[in-house]
Amino acid sequence: MSEVGRELPRLEARAKVTGRAEYTHNLRLPGMLYGKVFRSTVPHGRIRGIDTAAARALDGVHRVITGEDIRKLIPEPYYGPAFHDQPILALDKVRHVGEPVAVALAADPHVAERAVQLISAEYDELPAVYDEVAAMQPETVVHDTLRPAGTFADLKHLKGRTGTNVALDYHLRRGDPDGAFKAAVHVFEHTFKTQQCLHVPFEPFVAVAEPADDTLVIHTSNQTPSFVRSEIARLLGWPENRVRVKVPYLGGGFGAKVYVKLEALVAALALLVRRPVKIALSMEEQFYVITKHATTFRIKSGVSAGGRIVARACEVLWNGGAYADIGPRVTQKSGFTSPGPYDIDNVRIDSYELYTNRTPAGALRGFGIPQLVWAYESHTDLIARELNLDPVTFRRKNILHEDRPQASGTAMKDAAIAQVFETLAARMGWGDKEPFDGGGNTIRRGRGIAIGFKASISPTASVAIVNVSADGSAVLYTSTVDMGQGSDTAYAQIVAEALALKAETVRVVHPDTDVTPYDMGTLGSRSLFHMGNAVRLAAEDALTKLRALAAEAGLPEGTNYPPAEIFKKRFGMQAGNVIGTASFVPGYKSPDPQTGLSDNVTPFWMIGGAGAEVAVDIETGAVRVEKLVNAADCGRPINPAVARTQLSGAAIMQLGFTLSEIMQLDGGQVTNASLADYKIPGIRDIPPMINELVAAEQHSGPFGAKGLGESGTFGVSPAIANAIHDAVGIRITELPITAEAVLRALRKQQGRPLEDAA
Amino acid sequence: MTAARTITFTLNGQQVSTAIEPHRNLVELLQRFDLFGARESCGQGLCGCCTALVDDVAVSACLYFAVWVDGKSVTTIEHLDADGALSPVQQAFIDTGAFQCGFCTPGFILMSHQLLKEHPNPTDDDIKHYLSGNLCRCAAYPEIIEAVKLAARKNA
Repeated sequence: MSEVGRELPRLEARAKVTGRAEYTHNLRLPGMLYGKVFRSTVPHGRIRGIDTAAARALDGVHRVITGEDIRKLIPEPYYGPAFHDQPILALDKVRHVGEPVAVALAADPHVAERAVQLISAEYDELPAVYDEVAAMQPETVVHDTLRPAGTFADLKHLKGRTGTNVALDYHLRRGDPDGAFKAAVHVFEHTFKTQQCLHVPFEPFVAVAEPADDTLVIHTSNQTPSFVRSEIARLLGWPENRVRVKVPYLGGGFGAKVYVKLEALVAALALLVRRPVKIALSMEEQFYVITKHATTFRIKSGVSAGGRIVARACEVLWNGGAYADIGPRVTQKSGFTSPGPYDIDNVRIDSYELYTNRTPAGALRGFGIPQLVWAYESHTDLIARELNLDPVTFRRKNILHEDRPQASGTAMKDAAIAQVFETLAARMGWGDKEPFDGGGNTIRRGRGIAIGFKASISPTASVAIVNVSADGSAVLYTSTVDMGQGSDTAYAQIVAEALALKAETVRVVHPDTDVTPYDMGTLGSRSLFHMGNAVRLAAEDALTKLRALAAEAGLPEGTNYPPAEIFKKRFGMQAGNVIGTASFVPGYKSPDPQTGLSDNVTPFWMIGGAGAEVAVDIETGAVRVEKLVNAADCGRPINPAVARTQLSGAAIMQLGFTLSEIMQLDGGQVTNASLADYKIPGIRDIPPMINELVAAEQHSGPFGAKGLGESGTFGVSPAIANAIHDAVGIRITELPITAEAVLRALRKQQGRPLEDAA
Repeated sequence: MTAARTITFTLNGQQVSTAIEPHRNLVELLQRFDLFGARESCGQGLCGCCTALVDDVAVSACLYFAVWVDGKSVTTIEHLDADGALSPVQQAFIDTGAFQCGFCTPGFILMSHQLLKEHPNPTDDDIKHYLSGNLCRCAAYPEIIEAVKLAARKNA
């Protein structure tokens, strides 16, 4: 073992520090047109008419396209991974402000932009629904009829349903929750809310479609090239082999760029005008593509006299926005972890995905888990306080240990929950003899801790190819997208380990569906485990074939000839290849439709937590995080240096979602769609941090490793809320925790609430 | 749209001339020379992804009209290794792992160059002050601060 565990710099380090790394952002093709999007100005309405005459008359405009033009090319132009509900351009109705309605095409993007300003549309406005709680009542219905894609078995019963906004309801029943609540000595119930916020990758969504004779090439900044290919082929009624999807490096993804975003639009436009078409969104437009679910989570626990949680009921409402995207998967896949990493015999979970007239919500670094941890770790802390128990001691008493079943019925395996938790407690100095300094006067100090967990996605498949050339060098072909997480480097280390090479010499070919094999997608921290296993197996397959080649060449068995010598001996010169291939498809049992239970619900578990020390200014409500401890179980890291930066980066991103980031809505209009008004963390916002990967091993992972991209987000928000409670005795139940929110709560506590501004 | 104007300027050490319309920004001008390291992202001069040096001062190229560089000298990220070797700042960014997706990295590196030129031994506060106009969504900030310090030590 020498390549695995090495802290080598990323393979593409030089390309990135010299500005020469390849992004779709850079791509220009001969004859290419730029598309600019005309968007809906109303949150919900029937389209009465779209006037494109003035735009078409503008000098330099090639063409203006509406939904009706696309319907001529694609009769059913609706896409989506879970529901076929999203039109390529709005048809008949618009369902959120910013929904694409028309596109102006021109060789000069400034001309296209000008043309968009000349388009106008008229709508018959309909009542709109924005709030997930309100959307449970079918007074305003966003979609007249539900159109599940048929991909997922648990959505089939929703097909054709009318008069509802519920795009998925997931229910889990374990033990006897009603009986346990009755028998419990203490019962606690709280409601927590999270806000709509978003990814803002710095390379905004961008895609280019390039038509050829009977094929279409799509260059895109996207995390799921294999899905894009099959979805575009389905829309066009083509076989998959006529659609080629190419993905270079991504300037950030964070879950925004999964499934189809701009790809169906550029594909349709390019086929309509028979020229390459590029659409590159602005930062502002990113606010109208995909976001993180706002949620309302009502959580109730029954606790025994001895301080054991005996029952927990979770009702989670997910605000999915106007189109389902992958929201129904969030509702189910994250839904079953809603009670948290605690050993609870009696559980009830009801998790609902709801359509509303907002920008759609999907996956954002944690796939719903940070919203859940926010609620269950705030709630768990409140219980400890009510019972006058130390929050660490209370959690210790209830924590879910190895081999014990989680709410779904699946036993915990290689899930270092207790180790992560004890690491946090130790780094926070919990249990130290020195008393914690609670501050005084106007600055009060407090500390809090929180831990969460996540299941990996399944069912799922990954395929890898390792090509050993006649000089002994190796090339890896996968459809994993390197968007900054370092997958190229980790895979090179795995191949190098298996083939006794140096990782720096392994070349990794980026996704190109004509060349690289199938992968479900780069999402949910799945790549290192799922594709990593496929890569290892493919490298081992190549090794087996090299040995067979050596035998064919008459070389004695058991000797270690360098591959170059084997090829030379076998072919009489430097010639030939050895191709190793493998696919990795883990086992999975889908939850029972009645009980929501499954004894094999995930191939592995991710564990992450945080501890925070805060200083609260009681005169202004300002919260300063003075220390942030992040800990996670990523198995045995392939590249510990890169892994630590993933942990740290995820925690800082979640710090933004905790303290400042919120998409502000007024009458369905986003009022802060820019980095000037939507505040993400900058270099002055970073607290002193400790980032620690616990010593662990994922036995089913490649060389003991598993995914880590999201784990750093889990505990940050509740750790800070718990610390604020510790400091000043107020409980914030809604994100983000702005100074205003804290000051309002403080003033309410003092019996002199702040008046709302007129 | 207004007619193009011919401008002459020094680009990465070479004198060049081109005709460009007055509404185009410096990012677009650089793309005409196949330089893509300055990237328009926020479009408001807030994220620093489009940073370029004009007469050795870092500017947000998305807010800087192309015609303004007439008679001036423009340096982009692509020029820092013109002699074949990475600059100490570039090398330090690699050594400390100070980037993930890499999209904002050229801006941070160019701003760090200006910082180290003006403050060869920067304090943490100097670093935060100079780099507060650059944003990194992957949040490699702790490693970026380390990188600047490492480059300063190597320069000394």
